[in-house]
Amino acid sequence: MLKSSLNIKVDRRDAKLVMAHFYVAFIALLVGGLAGLLQVLVRSGKFELPAGIGYYQILTVHGVVLGLVLTTFFIMGFQLAAVSKTAGTFTNKQRTIGWIGFWIMTIGTVAAAVMILLNEASVLYTFYAPLQAHFVFYLGLTLVVVGSWAVGTTIILKYAEWRRANPGQPSPLLTFMALVNTMMWTVATIGVAATVLIQLLPWSLGLVETVNVGVSRTLFWYFGHPLVYFWLLPAYMAWYVMIPKIIGGKIFSDSLARMSFILFLLFSIPVGFHHQLLEPGIDPAWKFLQVVLTFLVVIPSLMTAFSLFATFESYGRSQGATGLFGWLKKLPWKDARFTVPFIGMLAFIPAGAGGIVNASHQMNQVVHNTVWVTGHFHLTVATAVVLTFFGVSFWLVPHLTGRKLTKKMNKLALIQGYLWAIGMTFMSGAMHAAGLLGAPRRSSFSEYGGAAQAAEWIPYQIAQAVGGSILFIAIILMLYIFVNLAFFAPKGEEEFPVGEAANQTEKAPMVFENWKLWLGITVLLILFAYTIPFIDLIKNAPPGAQGYKLW
Amino acid sequence: MHMHKFEKIWLIFGVTALLVFLSVLGVSAFYLGNQPPSCLAVVDPTKVDEHETFKEPGLKKVEGKDWDYELVFVAQAFAYTPGTVEVPLGAKVKVIATSKDVIHGFGVAGTNINMMVEPGYISEIVTTFDKAGEYLVLCNEYCGSGHHLMTSMIKVVE
Ligand SMILES: [Cu+2]
Ligand SMILES: [Cu+2]
Repeated sequence: MLKSSLNIKVDRRDAKLVMAHFYVAFIALLVGGLAGLLQVLVRSGKFELPAGIGYYQILTVHGVVLGLVLTTFFIMGFQLAAVSKTAGTFTNKQRTIGWIGFWIMTIGTVAAAVMILLNEASVLYTFYAPLQAHFVFYLGLTLVVVGSWAVGTTIILKYAEWRRANPGQPSPLLTFMALVNTMMWTVATIGVAATVLIQLLPWSLGLVETVNVGVSRTLFWYFGHPLVYFWLLPAYMAWYVMIPKIIGGKIFSDSLARMSFILFLLFSIPVGFHHQLLEPGIDPAWKFLQVVLTFLVVIPSLMTAFSLFATFESYGRSQGATGLFGWLKKLPWKDARFTVPFIGMLAFIPAGAGGIVNASHQMNQVVHNTVWVTGHFHLTVATAVVLTFFGVSFWLVPHLTGRKLTKKMNKLALIQGYLWAIGMTFMSGAMHAAGLLGAPRRSSFSEYGGAAQAAEWIPYQIAQAVGGSILFIAIILMLYIFVNLAFFAPKGEEEFPVGEAANQTEKAPMVFENWKLWLGITVLLILFAYTIPFIDLIKNAPPGAQGYKLW
Repeated sequence: MHMHKFEKIWLIFGVTALLVFLSVLGVSAFYLGNQPPSCLAVVDPTKVDEHETFKEPGLKKVEGKDWDYELVFVAQAFAYTPGTVEVPLGAKVKVIATSKDVIHGFGVAGTNINMMVEPGYISEIVTTFDKAGEYLVLCNEYCGSGHHLMTSMIKVVE
C-alpha cells in the first residue's frame, strides 16, 4: 500500500530544487572550513591573520556559515528529497513555494555574509545583545528563517495531500520524520524571529534606545536548543531508515521510530535554560525544572541507540554470525555509505555523555563557556551529524544528478571519513581537556598576561591546530567528491535506499498522526516551562542596555 | 504497538538510571544548596559607579553574614576592576560582579567560579579559597575585539 506513492527515482524537477540547496550547503562547507582552519592556526600562537582581518570576524563566518547555512540548506534539501521520494513528486505549486523559500534563504544568507565581510557584524552566530550588528545582518538572518518556513510549507502541503489521498493510512516513515522536524523547526524559530523582529531590528535601526538583554537571550535559547535537534533528526532519519537498507537489513520497528521522533518534538523545546544556567535574572527553581525536561530526551535517545544496534546485530546474525560480537564482522565496512555515518554514530556516544555534563544543573559550572563546549559540539554536529550528511551525499547526489558513485570515489569517501575521525579525535579531545583546565571558548590566542595557568593550555591549542588541519584536508576531499558526484561521475543509476520494517504486518498506530494532540502538548509544555520565568524577566527587568560595537 | 523484551529491559534500566541521576541533581540543588549562581538583583548599567556595592570594587571584610568577605568586580570592555586582588587563605568569600557595557564572562581557572556578567544584573557566587596560589580570572563570553585580553588575578595568600 505504502508503495503506491514510492517513487523509484526522485523526479528530475524536484531533484533540481534539492541540488540547489546542496550547492549552497557545500559552498558554505568550503568557506566555513577555511575559516575554521585559520582559527586553529591563530590559536596555536604560531600564525597571525593577514590584512587586518579580525579573529572574531573569521569566527563569526565559521559559526554562521557552518552552524546556520550548511546545516539549514542541507537539511531542507535532504528533507525535500525524502518527501518527494516517499510521498510522491511535488505539485508545481508546492515546488514553486520551495523555490521561493530557497531564494529567500539565499538572499538572506548573502546579506548577512556581506555584513560580516564588511566587519559590520562580528557578533558571532549567537549575536548576543547589547553587542549591536548592522541592521542588514539581522534582516538577513530573518530572511533565512522566513525562507525556511516557505520550504517547510512545501513539505507540510505534500504531507497533507498524501493523507487526503490515503485516508486511514500512516504516512510513509521518512515523510513523517521530515514533517516532525519541520514542525519542531517552525515552533522553535518563532523565538529567534521574535527577538530579531521585535527587539534587535528596531534597536539596530535606532528606533528604540535600549534592549532587554534577559528577554533577548531567553528567546534566543528557546530557539538555540531545538536548533541542535533540528540538526540531529535528519541524521536520525538516515540512521533509522536508510542505513538498514544500505547494509541489507530491516528497520527494527517502524512504530518505535515514530514514537521517538514524537518524543523529540515534545522535549526539545521547553529546555533552553540549560544554556542559561549561569546567568542572573532567572530563578534557579525554573532552571532546575528545565534541566529535568532536558534529560527526558534521554529516553528517545536510548530507543534510537537500541534500534540501530538491534538492526546491526539482527543483520549480522542473519548472515551466520555467532558469538557476542561476531555480527560486527558482517557489516559492510568497505561501503562508505555505511561506514562514514557509522563513525558519526560512534562519535555520538562520547558526545552524548559530554552533553549530560553540560546540561547538569551543577556540573555545567565547571565547563560553561570553556573550550570543552566547543569540543562537545564538534562531536555532535560537526561529526555525528555532518558525517551522516556526507554519507547521505555519497548516494543522494548521484541519485539526483543521474550518476554513479564509483569504486574510486567510494574509496576516497572512506579515506575522508577516517581522516575526519583522526582529526576530530585530536581537535575535540584537546578541546575537552583544555576546557577542564579552564581555557575559554571563542577567544583569540592570548597569554593572559603571562599567567602560569594559561601557559598550560598552549600544548592543547597546538594539538587543536594539528587536528583542525587534518579536518581541513578531509573537507577538501569531501568537496572534491561532491563536485565529482554532481558534475563528473559516470552516468548511471544510484539507489535511494529506503528501508522496510522487520515486521511488515504491524501498522503504525494512527495516533502518531494526530498533530492537534502533539502540537497541543508541545505548546502546553512550552507554556509550563517558560510563562512564569518569562514574565519575571519582563517585570523585574533592569533598565535596558544600549548598543555597543566593540570590534 | 509491540516492544521487544530486550528493549523493555534496556529502557527500564535507562529510565531508572535517569531518575537516580536527576534525584542526585535535585537533592544537591535544593537540600545541599548547590544552585547555579543566580541572583535576581538588578542595577542601572549606566549608574554602576554610584551603586552602593560597586562604588568601591575589591575585597571587603563583612560581619554577621554567612561569608567573611565580599569580593566586588566591575567588568567593562576589556578589563575587570580590580585588576589584581589578594584573598586570605581559607576565607569564605561572596564574589559579586556586574557589567557596565556588554555581556562578559567571569571564569576563574582552576576553581568552580564561573558566571555570566550581564549589564543590568548582579551576579553572585559564594566560595571558599582553600588552596594558596594565583588564580587567573578571565572573560569567557565574547565581548569584542579585546575579549581575549580581559583578565584579572586572584592571589590566595597565607
Ligand atoms: Cu542545549
Ligand atoms: Cu569577553
